[in-house]
Amino acid sequence: MSPTTYAKALNTALRDALTEDPDVLVLGEDVGALGGVFRITDGLTRDFGEDRCVDTPLAEAGIAGFAVGLAMQGFRPVVEMQFDAFGYPAFEQVVSHIAKMRNRTRGALPMPITIRIPYAGGIGGVEHHCDSSEGYYVHTPGLHVVTPTTPADAYSLLRESIASDDPVVFMEPKSQYYAKAEIELPTRTEPIGQAVVRREGADVTLITYGPQVAAALKAAEVAAAEEDWDVEVVDLRSLVPFDDATVEASVRRTGRAVVLAEAQGFAGMGAEIAARVQERCFHSLAAPVLRVTGLDIPYPPPKLEHTHLPGIDRVLDTIARLQWDDEPDLTHAPDEQEVSA
Amino acid sequence: MSDITELLPCPAPVQLLAADGTAVDPGEQAHARGYVMPAPEELLAVWRAMVVGRRFDAQATALTKQGRLAVYPSSRGQDACQVAPVLALTEQDWLFPTYRDSMALVTHGIDPVEVLTLLRGDWHCGYDPRATRTAPQCTPLATQAVHAAGAAHGLTRRGTDGIALCLIGDGATSEGDFHEGLNFAAVFEAPAVFLVQNNKYAISVPLAKQTKAPSLAYKGVGYGVRSEQVDGNDPAAMLAVMRQAYAHARSGHGPVLVEAHTYRMEAHTNADDATRYRTADEVDRWTGQDPIVRLQAYLVEQGHLDDARIQEVRDEADALAADLRTRMNAEPTVEPLELFDHVYARPTPQLLEQREMVRSELDSHVTQQEMESAR
Ligand SMILES: Cc1ncc(C[n+]2csc(CCOP(=O)(O)OP(=O)(O)O)c2C)c(N)n1
Repeated sequence: MSPTTYAKALNTALRDALTEDPDVLVLGEDVGALGGVFRITDGLTRDFGEDRCVDTPLAEAGIAGFAVGLAMQGFRPVVEMQFDAFGYPAFEQVVSHIAKMRNRTRGALPMPITIRIPYAGGIGGVEHHCDSSEGYYVHTPGLHVVTPTTPADAYSLLRESIASDDPVVFMEPKSQYYAKAEIELPTRTEPIGQAVVRREGADVTLITYGPQVAAALKAAEVAAAEEDWDVEVVDLRSLVPFDDATVEASVRRTGRAVVLAEAQGFAGMGAEIAARVQERCFHSLAAPVLRVTGLDIPYPPPKLEHTHLPGIDRVLDTIARLQWDDEPDLTHAPDEQEVSA
Repeated sequence: MSDITELLPCPAPVQLLAADGTAVDPGEQAHARGYVMPAPEELLAVWRAMVVGRRFDAQATALTKQGRLAVYPSSRGQDACQVAPVLALTEQDWLFPTYRDSMALVTHGIDPVEVLTLLRGDWHCGYDPRATRTAPQCTPLATQAVHAAGAAHGLTRRGTDGIALCLIGDGATSEGDFHEGLNFAAVFEAPAVFLVQNNKYAISVPLAKQTKAPSLAYKGVGYGVRSEQVDGNDPAAMLAVMRQAYAHARSGHGPVLVEAHTYRMEAHTNADDATRYRTADEVDRWTGQDPIVRLQAYLVEQGHLDDARIQEVRDEADALAADLRTRMNAEPTVEPLELFDHVYARPTPQLLEQREMVRSELDSHVTQQEMESAR
């Protein structure tokens, strides 16, 4: 085994997919000779030719719409949007066509397109390079939305996304590109739609995904060391489909839940998670479900991003608000029965 | 890089038939591009398809009055643009239509009821896009231009010599996707042919408020795309120009943009009031340009068409309309649970839960009805 970065795992996944399936095509801006601005497509044009890893004109709607036409001819395009906010010109093609084509045509024209989007901040980027744009995509039926945080998941989820007959918005937290792990590729982790418990704990469930998983794990360590709180960390991995079962099982056990998301909080993914937990686990909860999110502001300039990003202190402060005096009455009948009664 | 004269459209819209049906010389550049009068059998086929198409269009308009269609955008007057380009397609080619192109779909051999499914409201696309090699009709303007570019590139990569025909309106040429589609097709040398049906209005907004270009065809030149303009009410010229455009694209020379100058005789849809933005005089002027009248006059004059044959085709068109009426009057069956069937190849657990909820609602609704009828 050797240390593999998240970026390298993605590169290997693309390479393996291109090798195995001649219908897989990589398309985007600067994905050729440069290998993408984050080098995720490094060497692919050299090794597979510019017909398979294609530098396109600089037009995101064009890239997405062109992929629609290619998918109609049976190809499996993997498109790269250079940065989160530069995916917006393609939004129309993504939500009106990529997401809906299967449905409009009663299954006759599936859209096996993977849309890779480097997203979120914490890297000191200038504006339009750090948006958490997942909320726009999760709100669109017809799209799967996944966001791996480990090199193993990066490889496995990307292979699965490319092989999927459904379109997948594949959100890559930029802050994780250089995260390393000792893994052997190829590897398979849990499938799309399954969350994982990254750290076990008995007192509170911290539900998170993407760029905030690392922060959640650090917060859990500090909580254990300084406050004696035993924090369980759930990494969702996949936002659509959503793994209610793993989240529910964890919250039932701990009786407390905090949702941590980097995106602005209002009407976002965090609100959806909090609502689902509250609907399903109400009788197991000792406290309201709380959210820790980014501020409801446009992504701030680099020197102020630390004010916007949730951070360990905000997570700990929020955990502290979970009414620790009242122990939850876990002897109460499970929620399922309550609901169905 | 192509020589710019190769790209520039003819100085005036290509015409082979004058409004009164007499043959005209299309000029030097048109000759150079090989636009010649099609053979009589070909023109007869175009004429027949226009008569049938227009009858279909009239029937669909009538169906809106009976509430059978939610809305119908008529293409009467654009008959030559709807029919000739489609008849010139081969079995390998793909068609990328919009909401207005119902007549084109009927000409393409798609069952008229399936053509109207979108507008009737029982499903978004009534036909099988693969079997018919026709993409679903696009409602968001110009989005199909990039699809056509991608599909054309895909057809080439698959080793076929199929092309993609993209139908688009004049207003839609202002949208970014139109330009991205042209540019992508050009850069990839994709065999896509873009036909702008310049019917002079985008709902109520005249062409003068969409563009300052002397012809929409010039928009291709900047992208390195062979461009042409044609009299869209001249069925012979439409057929000749489109056929050459396909040949150009098919032989690996990249995309072609054709602007057809035509006119929409009806309002934008049945819900629109065209008297608010155009004059009766203007409509009258275009009535004298009718593509069916024009071609019929030519074919009769040349001795290829007589009253008996004209009557025969009119009867055929009436029969199609009668059949359409009958079948559209039958209440369509809609299946609520199908709403969940095609959202994903692999439905999410959340969707399966919602499906279960709707199923039990439907079941209890049925039980209630049974109880009521038993009472
Ligand atoms: C992106 C988008 N914006 C607005 C509309 C609403 N709309 C429907 S048809 C139309 C006018 C289109 O005009 P044109 O492209 O000339 O086509 P025509 O209807 O004349 O065939 C408009 C504005 C739309 N369908 N899509």
